[in-house]
Amino acid sequence: MNAIEARGLTQTYRSGGRPLTVLEDIHLTIRAEEFVAITGPSGSGKTTLLGLLAGLDRPSQGTVSLTGTPLEPLDEDARARFRARHVGFVFQTFQLIPSLTALENVRVPLELVGRDREAEARAGELLARVGLGDRLHHYPQQLSGGEQQRVALARAFVNRPALLFADEPTGSLDTATGAGVIELMEALNTEARTTMVLVTHDPALAARAGRVIRLAAGRLVDGEPQRA
Amino acid sequence: MRLPFALRHALREARANGRRLGVYLLAISLGVGALVAIRSFRTDALEAVRQEARGLLGADLELHAGAPLPDSVLAAADSLAAEGVELGRVVRLPTVVIGPHDDVRLVQLHGVSGGWPFYGELRTDPPGVWERLEDARVAVVDPALLIHLGAELGDSLEVGGGRFVIGGTFEGLPPDFGPGAALGPRVVVGERWLAETGLLAFGTLARHHLYFRFPNLEGRQPFIDRYHDSWRRANISFGTAEERAENVTEFLDALTRFLGLVGLAALLLGGVGVAVAVHVFVRERRPVIAVLRCIGATQRTAFSAYLLLAVLLGAAGAAAGVLLGLAVRVLLPGVLGELVPVRVGFSVDMAAAAAGLAAGMGVAVIFALLPLLEVRGIAPLRALREDDSERPAGRRLDPARLGVYACLAAVLVALGVWTAPTPLMGWAFAGALVAVLALLRAVAWLLARALRRWFPHGASFVVRQGMAGLFRPHNQTAAVTVALGFGVFAVGGLWLVQQNLLDWILPEDRAARPTLAVIDVQADQRAAVDAIFTAAGLAAPSYEPIVVARIAALDGVPVDSILDGPRAREVEPWALRREYRNTWRARLSDAEELVAGTWFDAEEADLPRISMEEDLAASLGVGLGSTVTWDVQGRNVATRITSLRAVDWSRFGTNYFVVFEPGALAGAPTTYVSLAEVPDANTRARLQRDLTRRHANLGVLDVAVVQEALARVLDRVTGAIRFMALFTLAGGAAVLFGAVAAARHQRSREAVLLRTLGATRAQVTRILLTEYAVLGAMAGSAGVLLASVAGWALVHWVFRLDFHPHPVGMLGLGLAAALLAAAAGALTGRAPLRRPPLAALRDL
Repeated sequence: MNAIEARGLTQTYRSGGRPLTVLEDIHLTIRAEEFVAITGPSGSGKTTLLGLLAGLDRPSQGTVSLTGTPLEPLDEDARARFRARHVGFVFQTFQLIPSLTALENVRVPLELVGRDREAEARAGELLARVGLGDRLHHYPQQLSGGEQQRVALARAFVNRPALLFADEPTGSLDTATGAGVIELMEALNTEARTTMVLVTHDPALAARAGRVIRLAAGRLVDGEPQRA
Repeated sequence: MRLPFALRHALREARANGRRLGVYLLAISLGVGALVAIRSFRTDALEAVRQEARGLLGADLELHAGAPLPDSVLAAADSLAAEGVELGRVVRLPTVVIGPHDDVRLVQLHGVSGGWPFYGELRTDPPGVWERLEDARVAVVDPALLIHLGAELGDSLEVGGGRFVIGGTFEGLPPDFGPGAALGPRVVVGERWLAETGLLAFGTLARHHLYFRFPNLEGRQPFIDRYHDSWRRANISFGTAEERAENVTEFLDALTRFLGLVGLAALLLGGVGVAVAVHVFVRERRPVIAVLRCIGATQRTAFSAYLLLAVLLGAAGAAAGVLLGLAVRVLLPGVLGELVPVRVGFSVDMAAAAAGLAAGMGVAVIFALLPLLEVRGIAPLRALREDDSERPAGRRLDPARLGVYACLAAVLVALGVWTAPTPLMGWAFAGALVAVLALLRAVAWLLARALRRWFPHGASFVVRQGMAGLFRPHNQTAAVTVALGFGVFAVGGLWLVQQNLLDWILPEDRAARPTLAVIDVQADQRAAVDAIFTAAGLAAPSYEPIVVARIAALDGVPVDSILDGPRAREVEPWALRREYRNTWRARLSDAEELVAGTWFDAEEADLPRISMEEDLAASLGVGLGSTVTWDVQGRNVATRITSLRAVDWSRFGTNYFVVFEPGALAGAPTTYVSLAEVPDANTRARLQRDLTRRHANLGVLDVAVVQEALARVLDRVTGAIRFMALFTLAGGAAVLFGAVAAARHQRSREAVLLRTLGATRAQVTRILLTEYAVLGAMAGSAGVLLASVAGWALVHWVFRLDFHPHPVGMLGLGLAAALLAAAAGALTGRAPLRRPPLAALRDL
């Protein structure tokens, strides 16, 4: 079974009173446990595509299925529940909740699905796995950028997601720290056998992926045939 | 413990942000505190009235009249003695007393006989002196009088033509409720000695009271039923202890409910604060909410979490308010003073506490709901893109939003009706409040629009930056205008009404107005009175004649027949039965205006002519051409109404319901009243003393003392209102500082960037000062304007007085508001200015 199937994805926004097409007729299939990088110049529609694939937004046209589940019939809340059980996220700006400690941040996805009992142990375990076993009760602002991204990784993997979406995960980090984060992410990915989709500008990072999909002006230019 | 995620998240957010949101909760706490204090005081006061019901009257039944009670009434009362009913008599009249050091003081003189008061906790110092009142020329006085006169027990007191030894002081005498109650301390002597004072001469202001104590209350109602018609005919008022208690209850209820409205205004201001706080908070938390949505939180979970946060914080604010209210409750008896005629105990009123808690939480949650609805529209995509444009399609028709507006309106009206003295007032209060808040919001909107349209492009950088802050994204224009404007409105409006009432009681030109009234001057005493004035270096006063009369018949129909006949419904019985003090004169006074008919002219008339006050004519059901037959001391005088007048009763001076044409009352027993302008208080006191000593029958009233006594009572009432308004003001300040603090993050960011780009600290400070001073000036002006309109409406329509705008005071208030806002703004920018730009930049 394919992890992700996108058919005819088109996204049009209104900008300045006129329609603006940021993605056009994208067809894409990603197999389970595949590691795919999406690259392209700024404004090419990478993040929009990631958002649509993850079910964060509805396409103007086209369909997306995740692990065999079509997203189209699901309403906002149903998609949220689906994400809670099957999807993990890593963001460029970490997006930790500033008022929560590292441990609490990692617990949140489990708490959202009512798995409170195992949350504490599982979150602690994952934080130890990313090397932050001694920073459990620190708040995000007390952590460095690299540490914050490692907390974000722990949060992304805590509910053992089938799919992991990462948006420029090293974009806010220096090269060495970024490399460390990527290695960790790959290791966790391998352990959890997660399908990973990553948006990046960084050719070195893209090169580590099993497949690279290139976008330009909202269209796929490489990595996947335009028509399946 | 297994907690739902929404609650867990709410608790975490409360932990992290509770302090920041606390300043708004302070506004809720202040409002709840005011409500709980006043409501628990109300409960205790009403309970005290219930317990002391009989003590308030000192008897089971009271009869009272402006003239000595007729023998038939006394005989009927005496006949009850056989059944064990006890009687007591009290004659009450205002008069002046002269102390041992020749100090003069206006007092309420009580001449008592019999067992009154039968109930209550009368204590005298020394004990036993009350029992001597009827045997000796002893006066028992209010302890305050001793201080006023610098007197001690054993000193002598001149009362009219009599002299008494101050035998003791009293406490716990049933409170006085008559119109003279505020005039001065009470002096009690035996009734039998009143004759010696000469104060009960014809025409005095004395009221004669007869009190009953029934051994068995079952005997009371048959007695009332049997005689009440004859009492009414004789113009005798009567009332039971329960009715007195009910009157006091109604008064306290109205007073505390009115004060409660002021407290409610504070609570609702707190609600506005919560709305502002939650709005800013939700805006700041959008990234967090987006991440939560991204990782699987449903709209409902996210919304519930922040709604629960509002509930938690509202509960905390309301609980703190309840504690504050109980603390303030302890202070209230001191604030209300003699306005409350009973000794009020202290109890923790759980019902008031619970109601305060519910009102506080309800207001916090309902005001939080509007901005919380935004949570639903925060898309998970925002976690990926900061600039993701929201797509709030059809927001205006959002049923949830309409539902919240409906709930808000319902809560406002419910709270208004629950608190206000009458449901209508509650509706009016809620309506006025919504109108004021909406107008202030509109002023903020107009300010931003106007600035955008007529932006001062030519102004300096500092001014341009400051002005631009008023309409840029994340501005606090609406929040500050509403909070500060509302505070100024509440305080300014109350102050204006108070000042206008004081203007009326204590007019500025009162030096040129009559300050000394001499009443009951007999015709043969005028020369002697003139001599006393002349001796004091003053001109002889002018006199107005007074003839006391009752109405015997209207258009030839006797009063009794009118009351028993078909016209009874058209006339007001009080107007038919009362005793009139009529005068005659050839001209209208300054306070009068002819509204119908012609004034007395030289032409012959069939009957002596009178001019009647228009409202009285309406009460009597008479008009131009009607005949009124007067009973003047037993002699009937028929008159015809040839003119109607409007009288400005609010003027201090002599005003009359009925003015006769000169000569019409020739030969009738006449006394005179004289109003003299005596600006100097010492001279007034000397005149009072000399006039009273030499002519005991004279009533000498220091009008200034009366005015000041009224002003004191007014001061008590307005003081209590202002005390409650302090909560509104403090709430407004809390919301103001909260709103400014909410903008701090954004402003700090700008300040740091400006400094990085080369702005000096002084420039950054001036930018903030400009922004907030303009905002404060606008909010202050709007508040002052609304307060003036509300003040005018109250003064004009409720108190029916001429309105004085007091521009200096109001401008001062507006200026103070502008300064307060500027100070709050300047404080905002302090933190980033204290650190080097680099350090501050790192925190951005």
